[in-house]
Amino acid sequence: MRTDQLIAMLAREAPPVAPGAAGRRCAVALALGVPAAFAIMLLRLGLRPDLAQAVSLPMFWVKLAVPAGLAAAALAGTLRLARPGARLGGAALAVPVPLVAIWVLAAGALLAAAPGERLAMLLGLSWNVCPLNITMLAAPILAGVFWAMRGLAPTRLALAGAFSGLLAGSAGAMVYCLHCPEMAAPFIGTWYVLGMAIPAALGALAGPRLLRW
Amino acid sequence: MVRGLAGDGAAYEAFLRTASAFLRAFLRGRLAGVPDEVEDLVQETLLAIHNQRHTYDAALPLTAWVHAIARYKMIDFLRRRSGREALHDPLDEEAEVFARSDTEAHEARRDLAVLLQRLPDRHRLPIVLVKLEGKSVAEAAAATGMSESAVKIGIHRGLKALAALIRDTP
Repeated sequence: MRTDQLIAMLAREAPPVAPGAAGRRCAVALALGVPAAFAIMLLRLGLRPDLAQAVSLPMFWVKLAVPAGLAAAALAGTLRLARPGARLGGAALAVPVPLVAIWVLAAGALLAAAPGERLAMLLGLSWNVCPLNITMLAAPILAGVFWAMRGLAPTRLALAGAFSGLLAGSAGAMVYCLHCPEMAAPFIGTWYVLGMAIPAALGALAGPRLLRW
Repeated sequence: MVRGLAGDGAAYEAFLRTASAFLRAFLRGRLAGVPDEVEDLVQETLLAIHNQRHTYDAALPLTAWVHAIARYKMIDFLRRRSGREALHDPLDEEAEVFARSDTEAHEARRDLAVLLQRLPDRHRLPIVLVKLEGKSVAEAAAATGMSESAVKIGIHRGLKALAALIRDTP
């Protein structure tokens, strides 16, 4: 087939396409993935028993704001990386902001605490399950976001995979906040961050294999 | 392109022609060592542009979008090729540059019409009837016994399957 024949073939009966495909597909992925993560959290982990009192504490919202900020930055980056030729721009710069904020809070809390209490603040009661629980809750969201990206056209596959993984990890961590009773900034700055980094790393590894087009 | 996306076939065809000239120049400049592969890659990239046209955002420059797709497809091609030809690396690439004329379009080495035959009927028949023979979707539906929406989906998925077939065919 010659190239001009191919062009004529492609142009004939090409139905109109609606703009905004990247946003729509990511919205579908999150609309399915986040409730799935929520259901897994309810069934396997349960809500934290003191949730009603916790929502009146500022630290609950600070804790939620860290993954929420990362999720917003990751979503903006994922939407850009899904389209050829779109620059990543400010989305890459927005990722470190919540991380630096929680690390500053964590450093302040550790300095203010008595030396004997510091290790307890860092490890809490659930350091050994927190990162893997967040990864578990991120899994259905990661599957959804990868499905969305496979219908789009990322050209930097490892980076697109990493941002998809970060989006899934941070959304999963937001869901995990409803279960996890830990309230110390050093704990969040370490184990939550690790829990969100695992899906991001998995995404970066899987991207070049699964997102090719 | 924007009118093409809205369903204006003539505007879309004009855009694809302009894009093909750009792609040929872009790829010839960068793949001077393998002139035989350029036209294949032009066709593969045009198919990718068509299959991914829903990712074009009218707020962004069209050239940046086409350029990014061309670059992606070229790097993908080079990766595939380096995996394939790792054992016999041709060192006479420069001689080849002078031996071949780059001013005219080479014939494509790979025939998409042949690859098309390898698609399953539910993809192949809608593409052949509507996209190649110029029948309407309704006529193709009547001829195949498929529903009209199945014909449309068959075209859409079939062109994606064709792109996947190109990727996996050495």
